[in-house]
Amino acid sequence: MSKVRALVGTKKGAFILTSDGKRQKWEVSGPHFAGWEIYHVKGSPADPNRLYASQTSGWFGQIIQRSDDAGKTWIQPGTPPGEPKTTPQGMPKGESNKFVYDTSAETGKPLTTHQWYDGTQHPWEFKRVWHLEPSLDDPNTVYAGVEDAALFRSSDGGKSWHELAGLRGHGTGPRWQPGAGGMCLHTILLDPKNSKRMFVAISAAGAFRTDDGGKTWRPINRGLRSQYIPDPNAEVGHCVHRIALHRSRPNVLFMQKHWDVMRTDDGGDSWREVSGNLPTDFGFVIDVHAHEPETIYVVPIKSDSEHYPLEGKLRVYRSRTGGNEWEALTNGLPQHDCYVNVLRDAMAVDSLDSCGIYFGTTGGQVYASADAGGSWAPIVEHLPAVLSVEVQTLP
Amino acid sequence: MIRVVLPTHLRTLARVDREVKLEVKGQVTQRSVLDALEASYPMLRGTIRDHATLQRRPFLRFFACQEDLSLEPPDAPLPEAVGSGTEPFVIIGAIAGG
Repeated sequence: MSKVRALVGTKKGAFILTSDGKRQKWEVSGPHFAGWEIYHVKGSPADPNRLYASQTSGWFGQIIQRSDDAGKTWIQPGTPPGEPKTTPQGMPKGESNKFVYDTSAETGKPLTTHQWYDGTQHPWEFKRVWHLEPSLDDPNTVYAGVEDAALFRSSDGGKSWHELAGLRGHGTGPRWQPGAGGMCLHTILLDPKNSKRMFVAISAAGAFRTDDGGKTWRPINRGLRSQYIPDPNAEVGHCVHRIALHRSRPNVLFMQKHWDVMRTDDGGDSWREVSGNLPTDFGFVIDVHAHEPETIYVVPIKSDSEHYPLEGKLRVYRSRTGGNEWEALTNGLPQHDCYVNVLRDAMAVDSLDSCGIYFGTTGGQVYASADAGGSWAPIVEHLPAVLSVEVQTLP
Repeated sequence: MIRVVLPTHLRTLARVDREVKLEVKGQVTQRSVLDALEASYPMLRGTIRDHATLQRRPFLRFFACQEDLSLEPPDAPLPEAVGSGTEPFVIIGAIAGG
């Protein structure tokens, strides 16, 4: 029988939840890396036992962890203790937590500045890894979205990282600015039908696309409208919270923007709003049903100053029409006195025949639905605030 | 041998007890002690000093012999008691938050 493994990152460690295909009884393992913020844990589609984790701390900086046995043991994929720091040729060896912006003459550009909260220019400063996206076909290749916003790639299992500098250097960087959570690259989508195409999203800059494997990039924000920036239709500066796609139709993207739920059918060349009858179109997460490309999920949040559900009722909204027409899913979710948030990387789906939907809250609950949202139950209830949820469907 | 006391999270990361002992060649300074520490425990690189600038991370402090040495130049000699191993070089995570 199939199994499901949920990888949960929290403010104080990582947790791994496993269940059989019924998804009724769950085993909880953790905390892994107790006391550290785990922004994201994700498994390789090419080798489900290969996991990558972003472990971070305001005190001690960024650590990358890797597991080759589904989270039983972890290593920092770099130089083992006692080994020389350099190769015989004198070159530095891999260092798994070294994220240095590319300023080389060959591939990088002199570090530019980006816009700061007060409108002045501010230098790029690495803070943490928000999101890790393993390659679809190579367990040793993984992408990292970081704050201050940039995209890095490792092709040696996380030992060393190199910036894909064409994104930060393509020209609009000086107009990017931090959102309330910092200036982070939080979403990386790999096109399953075109290995050269990739989408990323940055808060607050917008969405970007490459069609040549990451060398060159361009903004794909036409149609986004953000009232809170000087030019609401600007090329960049939009606070995109999350984008999602269905692997069968990678040209169709769904976006939860700061305000507004959006959709594109042409790979981001143009967007249109599909918020429809949502009670509020502010939110963070958005995801797509594993088998129904027009079925999408969001969790509406009251506003950008009140990061909790409307009326204290935790409701997932589902559209079976690719947006505009939404229904509230409430069965099993708290419908009074609930004031948690659901952060941007904290929703995932499994790919069992009856699609499972999962999301984690800042109150430490992880909710799951084994019937595509029809009914919900908490699979764990008292974790630290949940930062991210990923789900692996296993044979 | 130089004795270095690490904060809890870095002990976990390096899989060591409270205190580690290091051989430091030449003058005993913050820089030479941290270089020796990172050579023995590469997983600590970037956690105490920034990878690119080698500056002390803002929420860490360095103490020895009851003195806060955090703002001393990295190449200034540490107290003799640290060099002789009588006193440890202590790395502390700043108390921050509520």
